[in-house]
Amino acid sequence: MITAGVDVGAKYMKIVLLEDGKNVLKRANGIVGFDIVKSATEVFEKALLDVGLKRDQIIRVTATGMGRKAVHKKPPVKPGEIVPDVIADAKGTYHLVPAVRTVIDVGAEEGRGVKVGENGKVKDFVINERCAAGAGTFIETMARALEVGVEDMGLLALKATKAIPMNAQCCVFAESEVVTLIHSKVSKEDISKAIHDAMAGRIASMVLRIGVEKEVVLIGGVARNPGFLPPLKKELNTEVIVPEHPQYVGALGAALLAFEMEGK
Amino acid sequence: MSEKSKEFWRWREYRHTMPDMDWHGAKMVTAGVDIGSVGSKTVIMLDGELYAYSVMRTGGVSEETAIRVMNWALEETGLKTKNVHCIVGTGYGRVNVPFAKRTITEIACHARGAHYIYGPTVRTVLDIGGQDCKAIRCDERGKVMSFLMNDKCAAGTGRGLEVFADLIRVPIEELGKASLNVEKEPPPVSNTCVIFAKAESVALLRQGWQKEKVAAAYHLAMVNRIIDLLTRVGIEKDFVVTGGVAKNTGIVSRLERNLGIKSLEPKLDPILAGAMGAALFAKALYEKQLGLR
Repeated sequence: MITAGVDVGAKYMKIVLLEDGKNVLKRANGIVGFDIVKSATEVFEKALLDVGLKRDQIIRVTATGMGRKAVHKKPPVKPGEIVPDVIADAKGTYHLVPAVRTVIDVGAEEGRGVKVGENGKVKDFVINERCAAGAGTFIETMARALEVGVEDMGLLALKATKAIPMNAQCCVFAESEVVTLIHSKVSKEDISKAIHDAMAGRIASMVLRIGVEKEVVLIGGVARNPGFLPPLKKELNTEVIVPEHPQYVGALGAALLAFEMEGK
Repeated sequence: MSEKSKEFWRWREYRHTMPDMDWHGAKMVTAGVDIGSVGSKTVIMLDGELYAYSVMRTGGVSEETAIRVMNWALEETGLKTKNVHCIVGTGYGRVNVPFAKRTITEIACHARGAHYIYGPTVRTVLDIGGQDCKAIRCDERGKVMSFLMNDKCAAGTGRGLEVFADLIRVPIEELGKASLNVEKEPPPVSNTCVIFAKAESVALLRQGWQKEKVAAAYHLAMVNRIIDLLTRVGIEKDFVVTGGVAKNTGIVSRLERNLGIKSLEPKLDPILAGAMGAALFAKALYEKQLGLR
C-alpha cells in the first residue's frame, strides 16, 4: 500500500512516497513557484515517473506545510487531507528517532518547536512565522549582504576564529550591521559565525519557551546547514540529532499519517 | 546613474542658518548633536532660540559623523566648535560625540524638543526614526512620563520605508504622497516583517496592482503597527509626530485618520526634535555652570 506526503513549504515543495507505512520509495523536491499547483503537479508527476507508478496506485495523499490548502483539493494531490505542520513534524521525527521529545524545525520562512510525548503525539508547540530573522531567510539575506553563496555560509562559519556579537534582531537591520562589520574589516568567516550564532540564539529562546527535553532533533532545510548546529547545541546546552534528509521529515510525517488514516 | 541602479531610498541632506540672527551678541551658544542610526542632526541655539541646523546621513563611524554634522551646522555662521558653550549628545550614537559635555537619552531629548517645537500642550510624541519607533508621553514641562520603543524590528520604522522605496522605485521623499494616490484604501499587506512584506508586495505587483496601491497597502500595515505601539503607551491629546518619517504624509495622514485625532502642525522641521531637545538641555547645563539655576 503506497501513500504520499506533500509538504508545501515557503520555498521548497517536498514529496515522499511511502510503502506500507515503512519504506520510503521516493523523495523529490522542487521550488514552490508563483503557481503552487503547477509546481506540485510537476514534482508529484516526476516522482511517480521515477518509480514507475501511476497516480491511482497511490492510496492516499496528505498535504502539510504553509501551502497545503492550495494543493489538497487539486490534482494530482486530490483527494487528500491536510495536516498542520507540527503534527507532520512530530509524526515524521518520531518515526525516525522514537526517543525524540523535542523537534526543532527551521524552514525558509518559519521556525517551529514541537514538544512530543512518548507516543509521538504533540504535547505543545511554538511557532515563529512573523519574523524573517528566525528562519532560513535570515541566513539567505545575510549571504547576499556578504556576497557569498548561501550554501557556503555554514562552512564559512565553521572556519571562524572568534565570536563577535550581532546586535540587530531584524533581517533588515542586520543587513546594515553586516555592511558595517565588513567595513570594519571583520572577516567573512567571523561575520558568518555571528549570523549563525544570532539565529541559533533566537531559535533556542523560542523553543525554550515550551521547555526542551531530550532527545532533541533538528529538522527542516536549515538542519542541512553545518554552521547552525554548533551554536544551537551550545544555546540549548544539549546534543542535537539531525536525521538523514532532514528537509523531508514533514513530508514523511504526512505520508505516515496518510497510511494511518487509510488503516482506520 | 542608470535608472536600474538608482537608489530610491537616498534622502536629501540639508543645512540652514537663520537669517537676521547673530551669535556675537548671544550669552549662551549651545548645541545638540543627535546621532541616529540612519540620520544625524545638529542644532545650534542662541540663548535657547534656533540659530542653525544640519541633517545628514549617519556614516559607518559615528565619531566622524558627529564631527561632520557639527561642522556643517556651523558652516556659514563663523562659529567654531570651541565657541559653543555647551554641547549635549543624544541618539543611538550619543556616546561617540567627542565634544559633548554630556549625553542624554533620545527619549528625554525628543520629549523636550517636541515641547519646544509644538508648545506645552503636547502630551504624546511619536518619534519615527530610521531604525526605531518611540511612543512617548510627556507632561506640560516636556518631561517624560512613560514611553515604549520598538528598536528591534524594521516594520514600523523609516528603514522599512527605504527598503520599500527601492522595491517600487519611487523616491523616498515622494513615497508617502504616492501612497495617497489611490481611489480606495486597499487591505493592508498581511506580513509584519519587512522581508516577508516585500515578497508579498512583489506578488501584488505581479497581480497587476499599481505601485501606488501597493504603497498604500504597505503604509497601512505600517500605520497599524505604529498604532499598536501608541495604544500600549496610551495616547493622549495633543499628539505630535517627530523624526524623519513625520515628513511622510502617507503615514501621518493615515495615523490621524485611523486614530481619529489630528496631530499638531510643526512650526519647525520635526526631524530636529531630538537635537533640539539636546541643545535645550545643553543650555540648562550651561546655566547651571554659570550659577544661573
